[in-house]
Amino acid sequence: MRNPLADTIVGIKPSGIRKFFDIVSEMKDAISLGVGEPDFDTPWHVREEGIYSLEKGKTFYTSNSGIKELRQEICNYLYRSQKITYDPMKQVIVTVGGSEAIDISLRAMINPGDEVLIPQPSYVSYEPCALLAGAKPVIINLKAENEFRLTAAELEEAITEKTKILILPFPNNPTGAIMEKKDLEAIVEVIIKNDIYVISDEIYAELTYKGKHVSIASLPGMQERTILINGFSKAYAMTGWRLGYACGPEEIIRQMTKIHQFAIMCAPTTAQYAGVEALKNGDEDVAKMRESYNQRRRYLVNAFREMGLECFEPYGAFYIFPCIKEFGMSSDEFATRFLEEEKVAVVPGTAFGDCGEGFLRISYAYSLERLKLAIGKLEHFITKLREEKS
Amino acid sequence: MEENKKEELLRIIEKNSRIDLKELAVMVGVSEIDAVNALEEMKKDGIICAYHTLINWEKTSIEKVTALIEVRVTPQRGQGFDSIAERIYNYPEVRSLYLLSGGFDLMVILEGKTLREVSSFVSDKLSTLDTVLSTSTHFILKKYKDHGTILNDKKDDEREMITP
Repeated sequence: MRNPLADTIVGIKPSGIRKFFDIVSEMKDAISLGVGEPDFDTPWHVREEGIYSLEKGKTFYTSNSGIKELRQEICNYLYRSQKITYDPMKQVIVTVGGSEAIDISLRAMINPGDEVLIPQPSYVSYEPCALLAGAKPVIINLKAENEFRLTAAELEEAITEKTKILILPFPNNPTGAIMEKKDLEAIVEVIIKNDIYVISDEIYAELTYKGKHVSIASLPGMQERTILINGFSKAYAMTGWRLGYACGPEEIIRQMTKIHQFAIMCAPTTAQYAGVEALKNGDEDVAKMRESYNQRRRYLVNAFREMGLECFEPYGAFYIFPCIKEFGMSSDEFATRFLEEEKVAVVPGTAFGDCGEGFLRISYAYSLERLKLAIGKLEHFITKLREEKS
Repeated sequence: MEENKKEELLRIIEKNSRIDLKELAVMVGVSEIDAVNALEEMKKDGIICAYHTLINWEKTSIEKVTALIEVRVTPQRGQGFDSIAERIYNYPEVRSLYLLSGGFDLMVILEGKTLREVSSFVSDKLSTLDTVLSTSTHFILKKYKDHGTILNDKKDDEREMITP
């Protein structure tokens, strides 16, 4: 039989997280700090709205770009949080999570050989999606000394004539880094000068702990060259509902809608009705969850400081990204031994790009009790490692 | 300390009054001394009234009966409902007492060992007060949720162990 497979997909290596997942699932009594989703349940009033929509028989396809009411609420939200105005009829598409929006925005904009700049460490799907779209991914290795923010110099250096798109993944998974307004202003100049488009993945926009998130699309000259991606998974603890969206220039959204129409039809109808409720009446829930995350974040930053574990203070998402270079082993080795010896699972930084070497992603989407237990074990483990070394 | 920090302290200890003070301070992002002082101050100001524990007595061998009693009273000139309220809340078996709007005036939450104990409180003590016009007693059959906590809510973490 001949080879049934496509070279492009075979050439893409599976997510580094997957490998670790397989080891962890074998261990029944392991404690995990490895998830990338909230520990909270979706707020009850949001779930209820989903249930009501089912009771009322809202079980059909919606329009390709999503129910009008939801698109309107998305625009209202972006106006109240960022003062950006989008036309709900032409500049918004509701997607199956932020993930689909990443995929179709790349597919709508890439011609073969176009270069896509991907700052790393970052979420695992940008590079594969860029490859599948036919682009050449160009990695920008972010640095711990800049708190993993993207600098204008780093951006400038990565740009060639073929550069078409910059992916901007802030607040960042896995580092917890944010880009403040001043950081964005510095790169905007370079972006406009080089006529580049931005895909801004702002799925963690509601989870920042040092002032409010600023979208790059809100800066002068940027709305017309930015696809803003956000969703409901992180802010409203709605990962399983699979609901996200993209907003941007009409001509790009129109093409994205075509891909979405042929590949997906529409985002889940039940989720869309729940999403309307989340945006209309969910601000308080978000504030409560953010307060909890922030308390855990402060707890971890302090605990690492007391352990003498090097770590910059993260101001976004729900991850902390400590440096383990002092132990003279790779992230993978550290994570594997930590799992085997203390039964705690964390994700090696390398799962998010080669420059994640020497770091670990620790999620604080866990109760404080759980974090305390795991941190106790981490302390025990690194004390042991330090003794081994001396 | 800023008001919002104080409020955050309160929100945490309302859920977990046994939290370690050092931890509490770290979580809110203030020094331990400041946290201790703020708590002391709020105790003095009557903002923090007591530190209780939420117990599901149904799971123990101790028998308890809880009743909600709606009470209609005649308010007294110059004192409104306060003096009658005082007469009622001074009984140790009264757990809570609220003044309400609507069809009746006071809500008494009463705890006793037996049904008879509660009934005799209502008939002997409560109904016989001069200003009490009528009472209506409801016994609690089952507690589902108390103080924001769902009793018998044992949920496992259903998330995958590792997700991107």
